[in-house]
Amino acid sequence: MQLMSNKRKITGLLATATCSLLNQNAVAQEIPGWYVDTAVLGYTEKDRVDAVEPVINATRIFDDGAKLNVKFVLDSLTGASPNGATISDQIQTFTRPSGRGGYVTPAGELPLDDTFKDTRSALSANYEFSLNRLTRLSAGLAFSDEYDFTSIGFNSSVARDFNNKNTTLLLGFAYESDTITPEGGIPVRFGSVRLNPGRGPKWEDEEREREGGDEDKTVTDFLVGVTQVINQRMLMQLNYSFSSSDGYHTDPFKVLSVVDRTSGRPLDYLYENRPDSREKQSIYWKTKYSLINGNVLDLSYRYLWDDWDIVSHTVDARYLFDLTDRLYLEPHVRYYTQQEAEFFSHSLRSGDALPQYASADYRLGAFDGLTYGTKLGYRLSNRSEVSMRLEFYDQRGDTVGTPIGIQNNYDLFPNLDATIFQLSYSIRF
Amino acid sequence: MKRLIPAVLACLLLNACSSLGVQAWERGTLAKEEMQLVSDPLAAAFDEHIYFSKEASSGGAGFGGGGCGCN
Repeated sequence: MQLMSNKRKITGLLATATCSLLNQNAVAQEIPGWYVDTAVLGYTEKDRVDAVEPVINATRIFDDGAKLNVKFVLDSLTGASPNGATISDQIQTFTRPSGRGGYVTPAGELPLDDTFKDTRSALSANYEFSLNRLTRLSAGLAFSDEYDFTSIGFNSSVARDFNNKNTTLLLGFAYESDTITPEGGIPVRFGSVRLNPGRGPKWEDEEREREGGDEDKTVTDFLVGVTQVINQRMLMQLNYSFSSSDGYHTDPFKVLSVVDRTSGRPLDYLYENRPDSREKQSIYWKTKYSLINGNVLDLSYRYLWDDWDIVSHTVDARYLFDLTDRLYLEPHVRYYTQQEAEFFSHSLRSGDALPQYASADYRLGAFDGLTYGTKLGYRLSNRSEVSMRLEFYDQRGDTVGTPIGIQNNYDLFPNLDATIFQLSYSIRF
Repeated sequence: MKRLIPAVLACLLLNACSSLGVQAWERGTLAKEEMQLVSDPLAAAFDEHIYFSKEASSGGAGFGGGGCGCN
């Protein structure tokens, strides 16, 4: 019996060492039973968005090694988000996207829509099983719902071991269908939010209705990955991903300022307009290295490019080391940099012909992001663990193009400073 | 021809990989929880969600867990 039990344990450990995508749970988990991970995330931006996100993730491992995983996430958002308009030296007045009421942005400040409030719930399930000794299949469903957005998707992957289980080839496919139903309807692309002195810009109901009350988008992802055991202490992964999305990519809550071509002061605001498709590709490399003393280095790099001219680099490093037998620390640094989308613009100039596409969404601009912080974990027993994570995320943007008039007096991409806090508890029973 | 090149590359890669690796009894360290490629899946999912909503890039490491209207 003892022999059987050890054999099962070793077989389980071997399997956990090989593959990635199919194996998503925290506690080494090939021993049949229940594995439950719970966590809550707090995300706070200075002067902008606050989010609280509790999650529960339960995995059942059956005697034959098959795994059933169910995950539920609740995401509650409040606060203010940039609406796309540029800073002015005058007061700016905006109507809320719902058409009800308005908000005023003082001179010299970035216009923020302060009605950002939403609750998102997401449920996903995944089942994984062995087809034979070397091949595993996985299939999953995902559903998420928020006030103005619904998403449904499925994914499937196959992992095949080679070379005495030292090499794993993974092929994955995912499909997602999204529907957006913004309050007040879908705005006309480049439709004017006319300045209405004393009352602020006004949504044009009759124009808005023309495009209907909702829009759709589909996203198809393919992934090819190789995971390789290098030696007794080193593991490497290399992925190529291709993602194609079709449909509505425009943000119905974002506008662009049309500024006077000399003074740079806003004359009008237009709803943004993005292309109806996007093709995105990435190469992702990751390595895990266990030092002689047992500390673990986790290093990854992603190179991503798309047909909107966005190119980005992401470097991520974590270093886990034990403080005591039970207590460990894992400092983390992440650096991200991206080049702007070809249609990104801080504003449009009066008198110029409208471009085919344009957006002033800062997330499509040129910027660097730096994340730094640490995780502190405590192993309560060999079945349970508690951990907390505190990180800071700073985004610093670049000015794209030549500022006009008063725009020279302001930072067109004000800094974004966020704090990330996570509390987690995992147990196996 | 275009289809042949990736196939040849994949074979070469797998062949090159065959000289790497360890024996079954040498996997003690690799089997540790902290040596899994995704050692903290909940944190990884949170991060994917945060950066998806704040940056123009996403994915690469695997598949996300459902869409979001945040981007």
